[in-house]
Amino acid sequence: MQRLLLGIAILFVVSLLIFIGTEILPGDVAQAILGQGATPELLENVRVRLGLHDPAPVRYFRWLGNLVSGNLGASMVSGADIGQLLGERVWNTFMLAGVTALIAVPLAILLGLLSAIKPNSLMDRTISAVSLSLISLPDFLIAIVLVMVFAVKLSWLPAIANLRPGLDFFEVARMMVLPVTVLVFTVLAHMVRMTRTAVINVLSSPATEMAILKGVPRWRLLLVHALPNALAPIANVVALNLAFLISGIVVVETLFNFSGLGRLMVESVTTRDIPVVQICAMIFCTVYVLLNLFADVISIVSNPRLRYPK
Amino acid sequence: MREPNPITPVLEVKGLCVSAQNRKKQLTPIVSDISFSIAPGKVTALIGESGSGKTTISLACLGFARAGCVINAGEVKLGDVDVLRLSNAQRRAIRGKDIAYIAQSAAAAFNSALTLNRQVTETAVINGILSQEEATAKAISLYRELDLPEPETIGDRYPHQVSGGQLQRLMAAMAMICDPRLLILDEPTTALDVTTQIEVLRSFKKLIRNKSTSAIYVSHDLAVVAQIADEVMVLKDGVEVERGSIDNIINAPQHEYTIELINAAHIMPEQLPAARTPLLNADSSIALPLLRVETVTAGYGRSHKYLALHDVSLEAYSTRTIGVIGESGSGKTTLGRVISGLMNVKSGSVSLEGQPLDDAIDLRDRDQLKAIQFAFQMADVALNPRHRIGKILGRPLAFYFDLSQQAIDNRVAELLELVELPTEYALRFPRELSGGEKQRVNLARALAAEPKLIICDEITSALDTVVAKSILALLVELQERLGVSYVFISHDISTIIQMADTIAVMREGQVVAYGTTAEVMTPPHHPYTQLLLDSVPAMRTDWLDNLA
Amino acid sequence: MKPNEPSSGLRYLLSELTLTPIVCLLVLIAIIVVVLFAPFIAPHPEAAILTDESFSLPGELMLLGSDFLGRDVLSRLIYGIRVTVSVAFAISLIAFILGCALGFLAAVKRGWVDSLLSRSVDALISFPAIMVALIVISALGSSIPVLIITIALIDSTRVFRVARALGMDIVVQDYIEAAKVRGEKMGWIIWHEMLPNALAPLAAEFGIRFTYAILFISALSFLGLGVQAPHADLGVMVKENMQGILYETYTPLYPALCIAMVTLSVNLLVDWFLKTTDAELPDEL
Repeated sequence: MQRLLLGIAILFVVSLLIFIGTEILPGDVAQAILGQGATPELLENVRVRLGLHDPAPVRYFRWLGNLVSGNLGASMVSGADIGQLLGERVWNTFMLAGVTALIAVPLAILLGLLSAIKPNSLMDRTISAVSLSLISLPDFLIAIVLVMVFAVKLSWLPAIANLRPGLDFFEVARMMVLPVTVLVFTVLAHMVRMTRTAVINVLSSPATEMAILKGVPRWRLLLVHALPNALAPIANVVALNLAFLISGIVVVETLFNFSGLGRLMVESVTTRDIPVVQICAMIFCTVYVLLNLFADVISIVSNPRLRYPK
Repeated sequence: MREPNPITPVLEVKGLCVSAQNRKKQLTPIVSDISFSIAPGKVTALIGESGSGKTTISLACLGFARAGCVINAGEVKLGDVDVLRLSNAQRRAIRGKDIAYIAQSAAAAFNSALTLNRQVTETAVINGILSQEEATAKAISLYRELDLPEPETIGDRYPHQVSGGQLQRLMAAMAMICDPRLLILDEPTTALDVTTQIEVLRSFKKLIRNKSTSAIYVSHDLAVVAQIADEVMVLKDGVEVERGSIDNIINAPQHEYTIELINAAHIMPEQLPAARTPLLNADSSIALPLLRVETVTAGYGRSHKYLALHDVSLEAYSTRTIGVIGESGSGKTTLGRVISGLMNVKSGSVSLEGQPLDDAIDLRDRDQLKAIQFAFQMADVALNPRHRIGKILGRPLAFYFDLSQQAIDNRVAELLELVELPTEYALRFPRELSGGEKQRVNLARALAAEPKLIICDEITSALDTVVAKSILALLVELQERLGVSYVFISHDISTIIQMADTIAVMREGQVVAYGTTAEVMTPPHHPYTQLLLDSVPAMRTDWLDNLA
Repeated sequence: MKPNEPSSGLRYLLSELTLTPIVCLLVLIAIIVVVLFAPFIAPHPEAAILTDESFSLPGELMLLGSDFLGRDVLSRLIYGIRVTVSVAFAISLIAFILGCALGFLAAVKRGWVDSLLSRSVDALISFPAIMVALIVISALGSSIPVLIITIALIDSTRVFRVARALGMDIVVQDYIEAAKVRGEKMGWIIWHEMLPNALAPLAAEFGIRFTYAILFISALSFLGLGVQAPHADLGVMVKENMQGILYETYTPLYPALCIAMVTLSVNLLVDWFLKTTDAELPDEL
């Protein structure tokens, strides 16, 4: 319950910061929309239409009220209703992120465990070298190489993932293969390395030595003794890495012409379509905050010290 | 099965060698050529100081070497089986069932995410010896035997919900759940307060005697071992120095190292050291105290929420030592921090030579700062690892006296000589010194300020007994030569009696007894002083049994 | 470890050099030379259009061929490295100085100073980094100073956490208490007692921050929101030559590989450094 309130408080702060970032920073929104050549009358016109003359707190609460009541407003550039703009794209982006997470999270935990069980073994060193290289590569390099090989040279897969209504499942799946692969690569490496550190920390504790000296079999040591203690750090690792997933999504959607929230946001930033930027940022940040809260809840549930204070 | 032939030993170790292995696969021996055997129902103690290899040997008996160590030679026979030649799976089957281990710090060795019962019964259940219900019933009867409170329900708690002494006993229950043939106890009472140590020791002894289990008892403390062991093996730097029955070792030690160990042991002196005459001024009037702590109340947290000191008053005299004794949580360290200005007081005052001292350190002037110096418990962390000894000692000189570099170098050499270290140590880093040497540097740094008073906070408790003894001797000598006054803080009443002219006994933030050593230590004692005195093991085998 | 064997120090580090760190060091030295002397090394001016042909094959005039406008790819790469690396360096330097100073301050002062700083950082960290960047760019537009300051600010929150955690570990050590009892000033304690003990992990952290900055600025440029014309960094070069993929040229690959080369060298070096000095970074992102 306390956590829930905290979550709402954080979201409030997030919305405030997004608002400050977009509207109070010393940029002239009206100027931004109309460009350098705008006449003073036009500028004034836009300012009045946007209510820019009202004091900042008034504008903030008006914006927040609209947001909560589901009235998302209209795009400044195209005039389209933002709600309609989002519908399809939110779904597409969540599908992309969801599939990526479903593949990357279990795989990362598995690889992290494998390398933590025997530090400095051949397996560990291989995983460590590969993940270090992957961390060093920009997302688009992986994407370019995959596109060059699988789309251009071999023509197995489409180079763009232009999801449209009316595609059947098989076509969608074919389009998703490359974007998902790139995203898995970008988030996997960090997660593997951090999981490894978290598990090694647990395994090097005196409690693990005691369990070994008690004759606890290896699998039991890992699953019964180490896992409950490693759960909280691993959950945090996964939540933290969502930040990489989000930046990966923005890049990958742009690269593959994927019709999703990330590309919409990039386009809106380019055209300085502030209302759309605000909403997109709010959606991404909300998901991020909620998942981090979820990780916190897992740490509490898995730690008896927090569950049963003395 | 638990009644082996009395002639065959339970455990036989022959020619055991364990080495440390560095990243380049080079080996450095830790223990070499260790052989001993344990008869059924007997307790063998491994005695030694840090680095003697006693824990390494005890772990090797389980066929275990810590990361970075390898067992390179020897055999460890449990009955007919050589533990070192077993496969991992076979070794796992023996551990917990036939040989059980009790670690030094139970607080760290218990898994904080599992309930106590689950951990205590685990080996019995996974080896299929007992069902979960039988194992739990047995655990409860063991809790009862170990004098644990609420034996029926204590096992449902998590490790952080019980005290340190209880955890140590719960670990014993965990070890005994399968009725092992051999029990290995690795410094099981060292981390406990003295008064708790006695209770735990008594429970262990009762348990071992009732079950007639064979045991290896690892310790640095001969007086503790004397209460529980039948045989003793004295170790130094990984080799055996002397071996024999406990009576022979403590009454007729042969090797000079054993004699040294016995002489340095923390046991009660037969009689109080002769009291020094009260300090007089030149005109033979009685001198005023150097430092006066008056009705100080202080605590931690916002606006001293958690009080650590209640209404504490005491006085320290020039060229004399005041001993402050107490267990963990008594507030003795807080007292040292208040005097040195590291902590603010809630009420009360501290004054030096009649001048009140500000409790905030940045408001004290240079002479006041100079006058009171602090010597820390852990020399390891009290010296900046990135500075050479010369810089560590030179900084107070530069800070307080504005000396030239040449004068600083000369004075650093003098200081090193004062604490009996070679002058070329000025060029070394702290990590290149042994524990005792570091503690000398720590003292030299305090002396560099030419202080009137040094607060010595447990400065010998992290040291081996032999080394600690030499540091105490140095302190006494320095006091005679320089006339410095000490506030000597310790948990060890025997050391306090040796060192102090006046004693303050602290408990839960209050001074419960205060006076000259003779006053505090002559019966009738304050009940808590009595308890502390009773908790110091004597170098006799029957001390624990005769204790009321 | 033998008592006389130092576990750090330049001489020890040199004695532990193996092939990988040597190669990485050489790559980085080459990069520094390119950054400092780009105009003298590049065979052609960065913006000169030398041919009408887009994506021409490598030849004598242009060693790596031409880009989509017919400019020399090699020369543009050299200038691109210069922009990317110097912008990333500026970002990490500012982030580092800011983060370390505030992190140590929080660790030493505790109390309300720590609470205030930590809570502010928590608030900033509850945003994914890319979102902060996009929000600021949408408000202020993209220019090199805006990019440097924004990303430095984002990065400094991560440095703050690392520095604070390191500082907290060090500040409870008795040698800091000893300096306080002596009456030393706060500045002296941070500079002489704390900093030398945090140097190894901080050096490693600097390397990691630098690679993040490179990847971040490149990603923004790739999205068209980073470095703007007339300047071009490596990310911009990838973006503007992306259509080349369809003509089966490798042109967009070159700048991407340059980025990978720099970040990989730094990461491998940091990895080796952490292993040989046994320094450990606190578990923070």
